[in-house]
Amino acid sequence: MFKFFEPNKIFLITSRAFKYVLFLFIVVLSVGLTEALILSPEDYKQSHAVRIMYVHVPAAWISLGIFSLLTFLSLIGFIFKNKNLFLISKSLAPSGFVFNVIALVTGAIWGKPTWGTWWAWDARITSMLILALFYAMYLVAWRIYEDQEKVFKITSLITILGIINVPIIKFSVDWWNTLHQPASINILSKNTIHVSMLFPLLIMTAAFTLFSLLIFLMKYNTELIKLKSRGLDRL
Amino acid sequence: MINQVIFMNGYGLYVLLAFGFTFLSFTGLYVFTKIQYNKEKNKFTSKFGALNPEQANLAKLQRINKEILSNASGN
Repeated sequence: MFKFFEPNKIFLITSRAFKYVLFLFIVVLSVGLTEALILSPEDYKQSHAVRIMYVHVPAAWISLGIFSLLTFLSLIGFIFKNKNLFLISKSLAPSGFVFNVIALVTGAIWGKPTWGTWWAWDARITSMLILALFYAMYLVAWRIYEDQEKVFKITSLITILGIINVPIIKFSVDWWNTLHQPASINILSKNTIHVSMLFPLLIMTAAFTLFSLLIFLMKYNTELIKLKSRGLDRL
Repeated sequence: MINQVIFMNGYGLYVLLAFGFTFLSFTGLYVFTKIQYNKEKNKFTSKFGALNPEQANLAKLQRINKEILSNASGN
């Protein structure tokens, strides 16, 4: 089942995929930026401030998605004792953390013209901040623990505890009275966002996803080289 | 047109600040990851160079090692 995830096989793919992903990222980002900054219409209430949505929302989605993936991979890795899944998780975490920070900072920048404040201890914003702390703990754990078994256990525990926060982030705008607006895009019900704004939002989400894939490929290859470097010491 | 893109009815500062911060974060993360990658690749290459011929041949049996070396020589 996990043969596909063997480092020797996967490196052949990940080392070659980089340039194609980079090219695709540049193309998609160029289209996304043109749409987001020039072609998409201004909002009737928020005017041009709505354009911040095109970086804020994809960053928040991707940081949540990556954290969910970290938890899933850590759990499967822990259950099936597969070290490579932990390496994949470790390689995904930096971009997840950076996207989380981008979501927080761009949210604060968006908050000033729309709410009149940079920051509020609102349920959505606070729960996103807590997610950033879980990301930070996860990354720090990889740095401070030398023993592999220990770091696998600790990072799995961090992701399991952190994942409890993910549905809280998602439903915080429904469960509490918050400054943050409710979701405009719903899978199960009708979207409340016009297609002229939805399109650039999806393009920017695709660009951000490609960027996180790009970082993942570089980071994962770094981890594999480190592993092989240690292998040379044993020869 | 240019004025509209830059000033955005007075919201230009906020919009460009948000996009600028995102761009800087992307650049920072990319550069940091790339430096780490190059550092590990160079470390691997110099370790490989220090192996005796027998050890080097043994290491080259693993395709991943050959791939890392070919990537390193390509840059």
